[in-house]
Amino acid sequence: MSAALNLSHEPITKIANGKLGMWAFLGSELMFFSGFFGAFIVLRNSNYEVFANGSSHLNVWLALINTFFLIGSSLTMALCIHAAEKNDRSKQQLFLGLTLLGALGFLVIKTIEYSDKWAHGYFPSQENHTLFYSFYFMMTGFHALHVIGGIIPMLFMWFRGYSKKGYPYPVKLEVLGLYWHFVDLMWIFIFPALYLMIPYHGAGGHH
Amino acid sequence: MSTAVLGSAEATTHGHGHDDAHHDLPWFRKYLFSTDHKVIAKQFLVSSLFFLFIGGAFALFIRWQIAYPGKPVPVIGSIMPDTWVTEAGSGVITPEFYAQLLTMHGTIMIFFVIIPFAVGMFGNFCIPLMIGTDDMAMPRLNMWSFWLVPPAGMIMMSAFFVEGGYAAAGWTSYPPLSAVIQSPTFTLSGQTLWLISLFLVGFSSIMGAVNYVTTVLNKRAKGMKLFDMPLTVWALFITAVIITLGTPVLAAAFAMLFMDNFLHTSFFLPDHLVTSSKYFGGGQPVLWQHLFWFYSHPAVYIMILPLMGIASDVLATFSRKPIYGYKAMVFAIAGIAFLGFIVWGHHMFQSGMNPLLGTTFMLSTIVIAVPSSIKVFNWLGTLWRGNIKFSTAMLNALAFVSMFIIGGLSGVFMASAPVDIYIHDTYFIVAHIHYVLFGGSLFGIFAGIYYWYPKMFGKMLNESWGRKHFYWTFITFNLTFFPMHVLGVAGHMRRIYDPNVYDFLKGLGGINEFITIAAIALGFSQLILVFNVLWSLKWGKKAPRNPWRANTLEWAAPAHPGHGNFDRDITVYRGPYEFSVEGRDLDYWPQWEPGKSISVHHHTVAVSDASEESSSVSNH
Repeated sequence: MSAALNLSHEPITKIANGKLGMWAFLGSELMFFSGFFGAFIVLRNSNYEVFANGSSHLNVWLALINTFFLIGSSLTMALCIHAAEKNDRSKQQLFLGLTLLGALGFLVIKTIEYSDKWAHGYFPSQENHTLFYSFYFMMTGFHALHVIGGIIPMLFMWFRGYSKKGYPYPVKLEVLGLYWHFVDLMWIFIFPALYLMIPYHGAGGHH
Repeated sequence: MSTAVLGSAEATTHGHGHDDAHHDLPWFRKYLFSTDHKVIAKQFLVSSLFFLFIGGAFALFIRWQIAYPGKPVPVIGSIMPDTWVTEAGSGVITPEFYAQLLTMHGTIMIFFVIIPFAVGMFGNFCIPLMIGTDDMAMPRLNMWSFWLVPPAGMIMMSAFFVEGGYAAAGWTSYPPLSAVIQSPTFTLSGQTLWLISLFLVGFSSIMGAVNYVTTVLNKRAKGMKLFDMPLTVWALFITAVIITLGTPVLAAAFAMLFMDNFLHTSFFLPDHLVTSSKYFGGGQPVLWQHLFWFYSHPAVYIMILPLMGIASDVLATFSRKPIYGYKAMVFAIAGIAFLGFIVWGHHMFQSGMNPLLGTTFMLSTIVIAVPSSIKVFNWLGTLWRGNIKFSTAMLNALAFVSMFIIGGLSGVFMASAPVDIYIHDTYFIVAHIHYVLFGGSLFGIFAGIYYWYPKMFGKMLNESWGRKHFYWTFITFNLTFFPMHVLGVAGHMRRIYDPNVYDFLKGLGGINEFITIAAIALGFSQLILVFNVLWSLKWGKKAPRNPWRANTLEWAAPAHPGHGNFDRDITVYRGPYEFSVEGRDLDYWPQWEPGKSISVHHHTVAVSDASEESSSVSNH
């Protein structure tokens, strides 16, 4: 295609294609988790005791640490983008590395939690499994998949950052950042829904 | 005349545009893993046509069983005698396989034919060309959105070979039926394969939709405002928004049903369900229906809105008149899309719903008739006193409008809760869905294929064969599906295997046989389309750049555009429907042609500026 044509111009909305596409995709992602939360609300209301019992067996402290891991990694992600925009390569690598650490740390703790649940027979088709744990594994499982989905491009960009050319694409980092903040945000909803909203008064049925 | 001018411009560019950028790619990047939106559109065309015939064959086997219960079914009966699909010795379809055929017919036609045709093919082909840009905003994502479909199709079809065969709970897969399976955990059944396959298709849809939204917002040609876009692009854009917001909810429901099947959880299985295997209970079957229809009702608009846009373009072009009420059309599309999200409960009047809530859903559903009627009357207003040319595309577009009216009117019947309670799950519903999905969507798709085939392949589709295809399809379609209204009102249930076991249905055998014969003719009529598409590819007349003398930007591209689409700068000067403008010699005024006009009493009048007009085409 000859370069003289005026077909490829600046984005009309002034928002880069990747970024606009990511915003649309995050709208989609939001609706995906909304499906789970909708079902969660409906079935929690009709199974109060099962949910009370289930969530009282979760480890709030591990989840709290995980929450700080994710919030912290969101912060370092933002700092990484900032560094990339300032063309500060070493800081870009440092903060992306820290983001990676937060993400991996989250997965390590999730693995500890999961193996504990496995040992106590809470997995689907194990003896102590209840409807609450169906939600627990589905929602945290899909969330963990999203974390892994963030780690893969992060690793790619991090290793490329050490090449001669570096990784001088702040917009791509920003697109990844948008996604990463969304993954963080979803955890901010999943954490209280599963771990904190223990219906204490529900032991004898709700009033 | 401008056609002559366009023709001469065509001759100099020699049919093909500037596809030099495409020449250095290896063949598999050109034809298989291409990022060119036009190639991807063709891939969707091929896969959708393939699945159209599979889904159609399934429908004919279903029809055979209903019309001739107890008689050996042709083809299957002779290929696979004495297997699980046919009764031992007789060659009659087994009830189990009949349920699977029903499920697969609906699933394939909706998820592998109509949506890929309407959104995958036309979305890919039309959007970049009609907004005057070189490709999608994210071409590689676009390629992947197609390449999820063939594996999904293979997974869907492979269920034939697992124990128990295809999924058999209907295309709506209501639990408990779809969740109570006898297979142990961690085994793939027909139902789990169905879920995996449709999860992939949904992901493909979302990837496509995200791309369409970005492309339309960011990549319109210079000078093209949102309200300069053709209605096809508007419709596809709004459809993409529906897909972006609706499809993920279905994906979430699929994840839950998958866990119910694969891991024996009980999201959708209630307490005290007596089955052979162990369940925990506590779930709610109706929850699935809410989640499913939250997507699947908007999905019926995913399947009709793009075709409404296409019909608008075709009707305006072949009536040589501006579309009547362009902005009203846009707002009607947006209105239908919005209302589509708040009416899903009308599928569940019979599922146990608070009557007050049912009334709400009934009212919101009936309100959809308002934007739909705006569209229908605007189409009629477009045709009114137009200079109509009955090309094949036009015939199909007219069939789209008229069949949509019938399907829309029967829709109002079932929107009303009291009537729906009577006709619920009868053949009346089957008649309705086929009037909107076949009579509506598929005729719209045919119209689009006939309209854009020249731009797609650089050859004209044969009009004579096209007419034969149209008349055969139109007549046999109505013979097939109109009598189903009668069956439905007589109480003929929708998914039964053998009508003869019910005394009150015995008198309807004649109608059932009549429908089946018509359906077979309808099925074979589609071979004319395939023949025409293939024949014209080789022997069709070479297409000029703008064969229909239309206004929209895709006709500014070379007759068979290469990678990059356009061989000239595109600047948009006016809306897409300036036909028969006063003060112009030609009865059309392309969007890309410079020229001044004024508006007098809502009519565009060209202000003569001869120097600009003559230079518009020939200079490029």
